[in-house]
Amino acid sequence: MRYITPRKAAAGLGSARSGTAHHWQMTVSSYALVILTPLFMIAVGGAIGLPQDAVAAHFGRPFPGIITALFIVVGMIHFIKGTRIMIDDYVYGSANKLAIIASNIFGWGVIAAAIFALAKMAFTTPAI
Amino acid sequence: MADVNRGNRPLSPHLQVYRLPLPAITSIMTRITGHALVAGILLLVWWLVAAVSSPGAFAAADWLVRSWLGFLILTASAWALWFHALSGIRHLFYDQGLGLEIEEAKKASWAIIIGSVALTLLSLIIFFIS
Ligand code: HEM
Ligand code: HEM
Repeated sequence: MRYITPRKAAAGLGSARSGTAHHWQMTVSSYALVILTPLFMIAVGGAIGLPQDAVAAHFGRPFPGIITALFIVVGMIHFIKGTRIMIDDYVYGSANKLAIIASNIFGWGVIAAAIFALAKMAFTTPAI
Repeated sequence: MADVNRGNRPLSPHLQVYRLPLPAITSIMTRITGHALVAGILLLVWWLVAAVSSPGAFAAADWLVRSWLGFLILTASAWALWFHALSGIRHLFYDQGLGLEIEEAKKASWAIIIGSVALTLLSLIIFFIS
Protein backbone atom coordinates (compact mmCIF):
# COMPACT_ATOMS: atom_id res chain seq x y z
CA MET A 1 0.00 0.00 0.00
CA ARG A 2 1.22 3.47 -0.84
CA TYR A 3 0.94 5.97 1.96
CA ILE A 4 1.28 8.90 -0.41
CA THR A 5 -1.98 10.79 -0.95
CA PRO A 6 -3.18 11.60 -4.48
CA ARG A 7 -2.70 15.27 -3.74
CA LYS A 8 0.90 14.73 -2.66
CA ALA A 9 1.56 12.68 -5.81
CA ALA A 10 0.35 15.52 -8.02
CA ALA A 11 1.66 18.54 -6.10
CA GLY A 12 4.03 20.65 -8.15
CA LEU A 13 3.78 18.46 -11.22
CA GLY A 14 1.86 19.71 -14.22
CA SER A 15 1.29 17.62 -17.33
CA ALA A 16 4.86 18.54 -18.36
CA ARG A 17 6.21 16.83 -15.17
CA SER A 18 8.32 19.84 -14.35
CA GLY A 19 6.01 21.74 -12.06
CA THR A 20 4.97 25.31 -12.56
CA ALA A 21 8.32 26.77 -13.67
CA HIS A 22 7.25 27.12 -17.30
CA HIS A 23 4.02 28.90 -16.43
CA TRP A 24 5.87 31.19 -14.02
CA GLN A 25 8.41 32.13 -16.74
CA MET A 26 5.56 32.97 -19.12
CA THR A 27 4.00 35.11 -16.37
CA VAL A 28 7.20 37.01 -15.59
CA SER A 29 7.99 37.66 -19.27
CA SER A 30 4.37 38.74 -19.85
CA TYR A 31 4.58 41.42 -17.15
CA ALA A 32 7.90 42.60 -18.60
CA LEU A 33 6.44 42.72 -22.13
CA VAL A 34 3.41 44.75 -21.01
CA ILE A 35 5.85 47.52 -20.05
CA LEU A 36 8.25 46.99 -22.97
CA THR A 37 5.66 46.84 -25.78
CA PRO A 38 4.66 50.55 -25.93
CA LEU A 39 8.27 51.67 -25.35
CA PHE A 40 9.45 49.33 -28.12
CA MET A 41 6.89 50.65 -30.61
CA ILE A 42 8.03 54.21 -29.92
CA ALA A 43 11.72 53.22 -30.18
CA VAL A 44 11.31 51.42 -33.51
CA GLY A 45 8.59 53.61 -35.03
CA GLY A 46 10.93 56.59 -34.94
CA ALA A 47 13.46 54.90 -37.23
CA ILE A 48 11.35 53.24 -39.94
CA GLY A 49 12.04 54.78 -43.34
CA LEU A 50 15.22 56.64 -42.29
CA PRO A 51 18.40 56.35 -44.41
CA GLN A 52 21.00 53.74 -43.39
CA ASP A 53 23.36 55.97 -41.39
CA ALA A 54 20.43 57.60 -39.59
CA VAL A 55 19.04 54.16 -38.65
CA ALA A 56 22.43 53.17 -37.20
CA ALA A 57 22.70 56.49 -35.32
CA HIS A 58 19.12 56.10 -34.01
CA PHE A 59 19.75 52.68 -32.47
CA GLY A 60 23.19 53.81 -31.34
CA ARG A 61 21.44 56.04 -28.81
CA PRO A 62 20.74 54.52 -25.37
CA PHE A 63 16.92 54.56 -25.23
CA PRO A 64 16.14 53.01 -28.65
CA GLY A 65 19.11 50.61 -28.39
CA ILE A 66 18.42 49.31 -24.89
CA ILE A 67 14.61 49.07 -25.29
CA THR A 68 14.90 47.25 -28.64
CA ALA A 69 17.49 44.81 -27.24
CA LEU A 70 15.34 44.13 -24.15
CA PHE A 71 12.18 43.63 -26.21
CA ILE A 72 13.83 41.19 -28.63
CA VAL A 73 15.54 39.18 -25.86
CA VAL A 74 12.52 39.00 -23.51
CA GLY A 75 10.09 38.65 -26.44
CA MET A 76 11.99 35.79 -28.10
CA ILE A 77 12.49 33.88 -24.82
CA HIS A 78 8.73 34.31 -24.26
CA PHE A 79 8.23 33.11 -27.86
CA ILE A 80 10.40 30.00 -27.34
CA LYS A 81 8.45 29.13 -24.17
CA GLY A 82 5.19 30.03 -25.96
CA THR A 83 5.81 27.77 -28.96
CA ARG A 84 6.57 25.02 -26.44
CA ILE A 85 2.92 25.21 -25.31
CA MET A 86 1.71 24.70 -28.87
CA ILE A 87 4.30 22.03 -29.70
CA ASP A 88 3.28 20.02 -26.60
CA ASP A 89 -0.37 20.33 -27.65
CA TYR A 90 0.04 19.12 -31.24
CA VAL A 91 3.36 17.24 -31.71
CA TYR A 92 4.32 14.03 -29.90
CA GLY A 93 7.29 11.68 -29.42
CA SER A 94 10.63 12.45 -31.05
CA ALA A 95 9.02 15.03 -33.34
CA ASN A 96 8.07 16.89 -30.17
CA LYS A 97 11.71 17.00 -29.01
CA LEU A 98 12.97 18.00 -32.47
CA ALA A 99 10.40 20.80 -32.68
CA ILE A 100 11.45 22.15 -29.26
CA ILE A 101 15.12 22.06 -30.33
CA ALA A 102 14.31 23.81 -33.63
CA SER A 103 12.32 26.47 -31.79
CA ASN A 104 15.26 27.13 -29.44
CA ILE A 105 17.80 27.32 -32.27
CA PHE A 106 15.56 29.69 -34.20
CA GLY A 107 14.74 31.90 -31.20
CA TRP A 108 18.33 32.24 -29.98
CA GLY A 109 19.49 32.82 -33.58
CA VAL A 110 17.12 35.79 -33.85
CA ILE A 111 18.37 37.11 -30.47
CA ALA A 112 22.02 36.78 -31.53
CA ALA A 113 21.43 38.56 -34.86
CA ALA A 114 19.57 41.43 -33.20
CA ILE A 115 22.17 41.89 -30.44
CA PHE A 116 24.99 41.79 -33.02
CA ALA A 117 23.37 44.52 -35.12
CA LEU A 118 22.46 46.70 -32.14
CA ALA A 119 25.92 46.32 -30.59
CA LYS A 120 27.61 47.24 -33.85
CA MET A 121 25.42 50.34 -34.11
CA ALA A 122 26.13 51.29 -30.49
CA PHE A 123 29.89 50.87 -30.84
CA THR A 124 30.22 52.65 -34.18
CA THR A 125 28.07 55.66 -33.28
CA PRO A 126 30.34 58.43 -32.02
CA ALA A 127 29.56 59.46 -28.43
CA ILE A 128 27.51 62.67 -28.98
CA MET B 1 -5.51 6.69 -8.98
CA ALA B 2 -8.26 8.92 -7.77
CA ASP B 3 -11.80 8.24 -9.00
CA VAL B 4 -12.24 9.29 -12.60
CA ASN B 5 -15.71 10.44 -13.55
CA ARG B 6 -16.04 9.17 -17.11
CA GLY B 7 -19.76 9.70 -17.66
CA ASN B 8 -20.41 13.25 -16.58
CA ARG B 9 -17.67 15.37 -18.11
CA PRO B 10 -18.11 18.10 -20.68
CA LEU B 11 -17.31 16.78 -24.15
CA SER B 12 -14.98 18.47 -26.57
CA PRO B 13 -17.04 19.98 -29.38
CA HIS B 14 -16.42 18.78 -32.94
CA LEU B 15 -14.80 21.85 -34.46
CA GLN B 16 -16.36 21.22 -37.89
CA VAL B 17 -19.94 21.45 -36.65
CA TYR B 18 -19.49 23.82 -33.71
CA ARG B 19 -20.17 27.54 -34.07
CA LEU B 20 -17.33 29.08 -32.11
CA PRO B 21 -18.46 31.44 -29.36
CA LEU B 22 -16.64 34.79 -29.21
CA PRO B 23 -14.38 33.87 -26.25
CA ALA B 24 -13.24 30.75 -28.16
CA ILE B 25 -12.32 32.89 -31.16
CA THR B 26 -10.30 35.33 -29.05
CA SER B 27 -8.69 32.33 -27.29
CA ILE B 28 -7.41 30.77 -30.50
CA MET B 29 -6.48 34.23 -31.85
CA THR B 30 -4.14 34.61 -28.86
CA ARG B 31 -2.26 31.55 -30.03
CA ILE B 32 -2.27 32.61 -33.70
CA THR B 33 -1.14 36.20 -33.03
CA GLY B 34 1.57 35.03 -30.58
CA HIS B 35 3.12 32.84 -33.27
CA ALA B 36 2.52 35.21 -36.18
CA LEU B 37 4.35 37.99 -34.34
CA VAL B 38 7.58 36.31 -35.31
CA ALA B 39 7.09 37.52 -38.91
CA GLY B 40 7.27 41.17 -37.89
CA ILE B 41 10.23 40.52 -35.59
CA LEU B 42 12.08 38.70 -38.40
CA LEU B 43 11.51 41.65 -40.75
CA LEU B 44 12.76 44.06 -38.08
CA VAL B 45 15.87 42.00 -37.26
CA TRP B 46 16.68 41.49 -40.97
CA TRP B 47 16.44 45.28 -41.42
CA LEU B 48 18.70 45.89 -38.37
CA VAL B 49 21.33 43.38 -39.54
CA ALA B 50 21.17 44.78 -43.09
CA ALA B 51 21.82 48.28 -41.73
CA VAL B 52 25.19 47.15 -40.36
CA SER B 53 26.06 44.89 -43.34
CA SER B 54 26.27 46.87 -46.60
CA PRO B 55 24.44 49.59 -48.53
CA GLY B 56 23.10 46.96 -50.94
CA ALA B 57 21.72 44.77 -48.13
CA PHE B 58 20.14 47.78 -46.48
CA ALA B 59 18.59 48.96 -49.75
CA ALA B 60 16.86 45.57 -50.12
CA ALA B 61 15.49 45.51 -46.55
CA ASP B 62 14.57 49.19 -46.67
CA TRP B 63 12.74 48.65 -49.95
CA LEU B 64 10.55 45.94 -48.40
CA VAL B 65 9.97 47.93 -45.20
CA ARG B 66 8.79 50.96 -47.18
CA SER B 67 6.76 49.06 -49.80
CA TRP B 68 3.01 48.49 -49.46
CA LEU B 69 3.76 44.87 -48.52
CA GLY B 70 6.08 46.05 -45.74
CA PHE B 71 3.42 48.51 -44.59
CA LEU B 72 0.92 45.64 -44.50
CA ILE B 73 3.26 43.37 -42.53
CA LEU B 74 4.17 46.11 -40.03
CA THR B 75 0.55 47.23 -39.56
CA ALA B 76 -0.62 43.63 -39.15
CA SER B 77 2.24 43.06 -36.67
CA ALA B 78 1.26 46.14 -34.68
CA TRP B 79 -2.32 44.88 -34.52
CA ALA B 80 -1.19 41.32 -33.61
CA LEU B 81 1.06 42.74 -30.90
CA TRP B 82 -1.73 44.86 -29.39
CA PHE B 83 -4.24 42.00 -29.65
CA HIS B 84 -1.85 39.49 -28.08
CA ALA B 85 -0.80 42.01 -25.41
CA LEU B 86 -4.41 42.71 -24.39
CA SER B 87 -5.42 39.06 -24.39
CA GLY B 88 -2.14 38.23 -22.61
CA ILE B 89 -3.11 40.73 -19.91
CA ARG B 90 -6.46 38.94 -19.74
CA HIS B 91 -4.57 35.69 -19.09
CA LEU B 92 -2.79 37.39 -16.20
CA PHE B 93 -6.24 38.26 -14.78
CA TYR B 94 -7.38 34.66 -15.35
CA ASP B 95 -4.40 33.51 -13.28
CA GLN B 96 -5.78 35.59 -10.40
CA GLY B 97 -9.16 33.89 -10.84
CA LEU B 98 -10.73 37.01 -12.36
CA GLY B 99 -12.90 37.34 -15.49
CA LEU B 100 -13.82 33.65 -15.78
CA GLU B 101 -17.63 34.05 -15.92
CA ILE B 102 -19.14 33.69 -19.40
CA GLU B 103 -20.57 37.21 -19.51
CA GLU B 104 -17.26 38.70 -18.33
CA ALA B 105 -15.37 36.64 -20.90
CA LYS B 106 -17.63 37.96 -23.67
CA LYS B 107 -17.16 41.57 -22.54
CA ALA B 108 -13.40 41.14 -22.27
CA SER B 109 -13.35 39.59 -25.78
CA TRP B 110 -15.04 42.67 -27.21
CA ALA B 111 -12.68 44.93 -25.24
CA ILE B 112 -9.69 43.07 -26.72
CA ILE B 113 -11.04 43.28 -30.30
CA ILE B 114 -12.05 46.95 -30.14
CA GLY B 115 -9.03 47.93 -28.02
CA SER B 116 -6.53 46.28 -30.36
CA VAL B 117 -8.00 48.03 -33.42
CA ALA B 118 -8.08 51.39 -31.59
CA LEU B 119 -4.48 51.03 -30.37
CA THR B 120 -3.33 50.06 -33.88
CA LEU B 121 -4.99 53.15 -35.38
CA LEU B 122 -3.47 55.28 -32.61
CA SER B 123 -0.02 53.79 -33.34
CA LEU B 124 -0.42 54.58 -37.06
CA ILE B 125 -1.51 58.15 -36.33
CA ILE B 126 1.44 58.73 -33.98
CA PHE B 127 3.77 57.18 -36.57
CA PHE B 128 2.56 59.38 -39.42
CA ILE B 129 2.44 62.70 -37.55
CA SER B 130 5.87 62.29 -35.91
C1 HEM C 1 2.67 42.77 -24.00
C2 HEM C 1 3.16 41.76 -24.59
C3 HEM C 1 2.78 40.32 -24.30
C4 HEM C 1 2.00 39.77 -23.30
C5 HEM C 1 1.29 40.48 -22.15
C6 HEM C 1 1.97 38.34 -23.52
C7 HEM C 1 1.31 37.42 -22.71
C8 HEM C 1 1.21 36.08 -22.96
C9 HEM C 1 0.61 35.12 -22.09
C10 HEM C 1 -0.02 35.40 -20.73
C11 HEM C 1 0.69 33.91 -22.70
C12 HEM C 1 0.19 32.58 -22.16
C13 HEM C 1 -1.18 32.29 -22.65
C14 HEM C 1 -1.70 31.01 -22.04
O1 HEM C 1 -1.56 30.83 -20.82
O2 HEM C 1 -2.23 30.19 -22.78
C15 HEM C 1 1.34 34.10 -23.96
C16 HEM C 1 1.56 33.10 -24.89
C17 HEM C 1 2.34 33.27 -26.03
N1 HEM C 1 3.00 34.42 -26.43
FE1 HEM C 1 2.84 36.24 -25.56
N2 HEM C 1 2.71 38.04 -24.63
C18 HEM C 1 3.23 39.23 -25.13
C19 HEM C 1 4.04 39.40 -26.23
C20 HEM C 1 4.45 38.37 -27.08
C21 HEM C 1 5.38 38.50 -28.18
C22 HEM C 1 6.07 39.79 -28.59
C23 HEM C 1 5.47 37.27 -28.78
C24 HEM C 1 6.27 36.82 -29.97
C25 HEM C 1 7.50 37.08 -30.16
C26 HEM C 1 4.62 36.36 -28.04
C27 HEM C 1 4.44 35.02 -28.33
C28 HEM C 1 3.67 34.15 -27.61
C29 HEM C 1 3.41 32.78 -27.97
C30 HEM C 1 3.96 32.07 -29.20
C31 HEM C 1 2.57 32.23 -26.99
C32 HEM C 1 2.01 30.82 -26.94
C33 HEM C 1 0.54 30.84 -27.33
C34 HEM C 1 -0.04 29.45 -27.29
O3 HEM C 1 0.28 28.67 -28.18
O4 HEM C 1 -0.82 29.15 -26.39
N3 HEM C 1 4.03 37.05 -27.01
N4 HEM C 1 1.66 35.44 -24.11
C1 HEM D 1 -5.41 29.30 -27.55
C2 HEM D 1 -6.39 28.49 -27.71
C3 HEM D 1 -6.61 27.26 -26.86
C4 HEM D 1 -5.75 26.58 -26.05
C5 HEM D 1 -4.27 26.89 -25.78
C6 HEM D 1 -6.48 25.52 -25.44
C7 HEM D 1 -5.95 24.63 -24.52
C8 HEM D 1 -6.70 23.75 -23.79
C9 HEM D 1 -6.19 22.95 -22.73
C10 HEM D 1 -4.75 22.90 -22.29
C11 HEM D 1 -7.23 22.24 -22.24
C12 HEM D 1 -7.17 21.25 -21.10
C13 HEM D 1 -7.06 19.87 -21.61
C14 HEM D 1 -6.98 18.89 -20.47
O1 HEM D 1 -7.25 19.26 -19.32
O2 HEM D 1 -6.65 17.73 -20.76
C15 HEM D 1 -8.41 22.59 -22.97
C16 HEM D 1 -9.66 22.07 -22.77
C17 HEM D 1 -10.73 22.35 -23.56
N1 HEM D 1 -10.76 23.20 -24.67
FE1 HEM D 1 -9.29 24.36 -25.27
N2 HEM D 1 -7.76 25.53 -25.92
C18 HEM D 1 -7.88 26.59 -26.78
C19 HEM D 1 -8.98 26.95 -27.50
C20 HEM D 1 -10.17 26.25 -27.48
C21 HEM D 1 -11.28 26.50 -28.37
C22 HEM D 1 -11.29 27.54 -29.47
C23 HEM D 1 -12.25 25.63 -28.01
C24 HEM D 1 -13.64 25.46 -28.58
C25 HEM D 1 -13.88 25.21 -29.81
C26 HEM D 1 -11.77 24.83 -26.91
C27 HEM D 1 -12.48 23.85 -26.28
C28 HEM D 1 -12.04 23.16 -25.18
C29 HEM D 1 -12.86 22.26 -24.38
C30 HEM D 1 -14.32 21.96 -24.60
C31 HEM D 1 -12.03 21.78 -23.37
C32 HEM D 1 -12.42 20.83 -22.25
C33 HEM D 1 -12.20 19.43 -22.66
C34 HEM D 1 -12.47 18.48 -21.50
O3 HEM D 1 -12.41 18.91 -20.34
O4 HEM D 1 -12.73 17.31 -21.77
N3 HEM D 1 -10.49 25.22 -26.62
N4 HEM D 1 -8.06 23.53 -23.92
